[in-house]
Amino acid sequence: MLAMRTEEMVLNMGPQHPSTHGVLRLELVLEGEIIINVIPHIGYLHRCFEKHCEAMTYPQIVPYTDRMDYLSPMGNEFGYAVAMEKLLGIQVPERVEYIRVIMAELQRISSHLVALGTYGADIGAFTPFLYCFRDREKILSLFEMTCGARLLYNYIWVGGLSHDLHPDFIRKTRDFIKEFRPNLKEVNDLLSHNRIFIDRTANVGILPVDTAINYGVSGPNLRGSGIKWDVRKEDPYSVYHKFDYDIPVGEGKYGTVGDSWDRYYVRVLEMEESCKIIEQALDQLPEGDVQSAIPKRIKPPVGHVYARVENPRGDLGYFIISDGSTSPYRVKVRAPSFVSMQVLNELCKGYMVADVVTILGSIDIVLGEIDR
Amino acid sequence: MKQAEEILQILKDNFPDSILELKTDQPTEPILIASPLEIDKLGLFLRDSSELLFDSLMNLSGVDEIKANLLSVYYHLESTKLKHKITLKVSTDRNKPEVSTVTEVWKAADWHEREAYDLFGIIFLNHPDLRRILMPYDWDAGYPLRKDYENPEFYQGMKVPY
Amino acid sequence: MMYDFLVDLFGNSTAASIIAGTIQSILPLFAFILPFALFAVYLERKVSAHMQDRLGPMRTGWHGWKQTIADILKLIQKEDIVAKDNDKLLFNLAPIIVFAGSYAAFAAIPFTSIFIGTEVDLGIFYIIAVTGIVVAGILMAGWASNNKYSLLGSMRSVAQIISYEIPTILVALSLVMISGSMSLHTLSEQQTGYAWNWYIFGGPGTELSKFLLIPFMFTGFLIIYISTLAEVNRTPFDIPEAESELVSGYHTEYSGMKFAMFFLAEYANMFAVSAIVVALFLGGYQSPVGYLGDLFNAPWLIPIEQFTWFTIKGIFFVFVQMWLRWTLPRLRVDQLMAASWKYLIPIAFVNLIIIGLITLL
Repeated sequence: MLAMRTEEMVLNMGPQHPSTHGVLRLELVLEGEIIINVIPHIGYLHRCFEKHCEAMTYPQIVPYTDRMDYLSPMGNEFGYAVAMEKLLGIQVPERVEYIRVIMAELQRISSHLVALGTYGADIGAFTPFLYCFRDREKILSLFEMTCGARLLYNYIWVGGLSHDLHPDFIRKTRDFIKEFRPNLKEVNDLLSHNRIFIDRTANVGILPVDTAINYGVSGPNLRGSGIKWDVRKEDPYSVYHKFDYDIPVGEGKYGTVGDSWDRYYVRVLEMEESCKIIEQALDQLPEGDVQSAIPKRIKPPVGHVYARVENPRGDLGYFIISDGSTSPYRVKVRAPSFVSMQVLNELCKGYMVADVVTILGSIDIVLGEIDR
Repeated sequence: MKQAEEILQILKDNFPDSILELKTDQPTEPILIASPLEIDKLGLFLRDSSELLFDSLMNLSGVDEIKANLLSVYYHLESTKLKHKITLKVSTDRNKPEVSTVTEVWKAADWHEREAYDLFGIIFLNHPDLRRILMPYDWDAGYPLRKDYENPEFYQGMKVPY
Repeated sequence: MMYDFLVDLFGNSTAASIIAGTIQSILPLFAFILPFALFAVYLERKVSAHMQDRLGPMRTGWHGWKQTIADILKLIQKEDIVAKDNDKLLFNLAPIIVFAGSYAAFAAIPFTSIFIGTEVDLGIFYIIAVTGIVVAGILMAGWASNNKYSLLGSMRSVAQIISYEIPTILVALSLVMISGSMSLHTLSEQQTGYAWNWYIFGGPGTELSKFLLIPFMFTGFLIIYISTLAEVNRTPFDIPEAESELVSGYHTEYSGMKFAMFFLAEYANMFAVSAIVVALFLGGYQSPVGYLGDLFNAPWLIPIEQFTWFTIKGIFFVFVQMWLRWTLPRLRVDQLMAASWKYLIPIAFVNLIIIGLITLL
């Protein structure tokens, strides 16, 4: 009796693909439809950010930090500002801190809207994608009102901000939050509790807590596995200790703790928490001059600093070594998506090809951050 | 919650032969300097010891210290349970950079070490899959983030300086 | 009626009867399908747009009604790309077969009481057999494209279509048992009167069996609607053309007119299956409220009214199909198969047995 020889098939989800969230090449080693190995190949979007930093002065680096994780630029700039202010030892006015927090939380909502919309579109539900983007447009016009740009801002500078708030900003932000809460509920009803969506995402790509911490996963991916770990509470920076908000974690409502549905739902709940923070910040916003602490010339002492902030995708770390001159000696960015991508191979083993898209969407990567 | 001096003391007690010292002169944090070939044993102890419990490697970055003719690797560790942090540094000779890998201890180091290899040329001994990650796989013109790196003229027939 | 007129026109001979037969069967259907497909594409774009809180095509003509015409004109003049390693014969034949399969199904669908493509006594049996040709066409398209993704897509599509034909056949069989005839024309004729006489409400007559049948008829209706949704590869069953995984599945490599044929075939298929569901359960071309022709004593008005009712019902179900597409996410391939084999087929079987028992009464 001849034994049938079966071979593993290598399928390329190539650099150009509608749902790999950027230029990412995934080499899938398949046996029929079951995945044996997933090998990600990155580097298609490498723009030599770290080498550039060594040739520019400290203030000139701010627009470049925008372009790493282009879906959450305020977060990137915030991280850089926090790191530099720690190295220089300067204290920024309260008003600056509050505005930075408001911008970062608005950015968090906008980034999660993109994540959820594209996740739904990958699974096949095309309508929530448009609802999410409709709300994101409102946030982008708020940003445009403040600093003139819709997508990449160059707003949070070392020591302060580039512009003060527009006089209408507070009223319009409050209006936005009022409209956003019912819209969030609508998207929730349409997608999160839909039977087919749950069948596709629950029990798919389960990430146990210890594996997650060992791999360095952070942000909503880690919280989806059940542990309450948020840089805003563990390592507080700026004025986050003044607000009252909750950290949502995955509870395994429809499947096991740490599956794709949990990671997705943590993002939904985080948007609600961000709304709370924004409202409290708007209530407590003090007066002041946003540009008073911006140094004329940034020349930090010889030393190094590592600081991190809570980006929508995880914790973003900046490691800056200064040699006493006006340009940094070394800037290393610890991008959360870079670290989260490593866990993809573990998560995908034993599932089917259709699940790769589900799992990749639930990790929510941005190639700009991975490749820098 | 331990301070850097206490951590140094615990490590010195358990690894009396390794070269360990604490550098505290520069802002912002003290750095613990260790030996490059012992870093995997140190890492395992740091992760598993019940007083330290450093279960998360936040960051691993390579640095080119061309003035001292060294290539260094900085490790930023954190404990999610005991809530303390430490920065470690190892340095190797620039002409023969070899560091033990810590991938067995913290899986997060996998791609970080590949990136350090890709951009600086630091060889991590016993790494499961040491190859380039950000540059093209067949880039043979050196290690881009070194201070004395120069762009090659041609890469696969295409002119590099635009 | 049209047949007789044409035979007289061409002189009374066998050649004339052949020509007359061909024209009578093909022309009206073609004249129906083409404008319908144009309309369906426009309807889909507008329905999807309004459900997604945007407007859809607005510039070509009043609210963009000329958009599909513009698209067809564009597709006709596009370059026809055939890759070097493709199997030329199969590659060119595939769209034709897929279109022919869906088009041939229209022959047995009764549009009004006086016109039907061909008077085949086998009605529903013929339709189900002929839609199977589409399977061969899809396999050809996937294989001849010389592309791993297309092959995967076409295999999935074939598995899906074949599995979902079984519940369709079972439900159609139960209906054949009740009515006693396989011809859709006879089925539609039997559902005269008001909406109460439609098969979904148990069928004509007033015996006890009619009322007993109602819940099982509803179940049968749901089963056949879901199965036919899967047969035409619409979401939630559109894994074969899953845009985000397989970049358009088995018609990735097609461009220009061939792609237009796949597109046309999809919309024609959608109407064909809606028409079958309507003819089986909702009275075909019968009006739910009686005819204006009877009211005004103008019997020539009745076939036109019947045609209008038929198209309205068919388009309504096409609209529901589009509605489902833009609301629900898509099922994974193993869940799709499980849905058919583990849920729909057993329920359809039980339904069939119970309906059979009731008809014995």
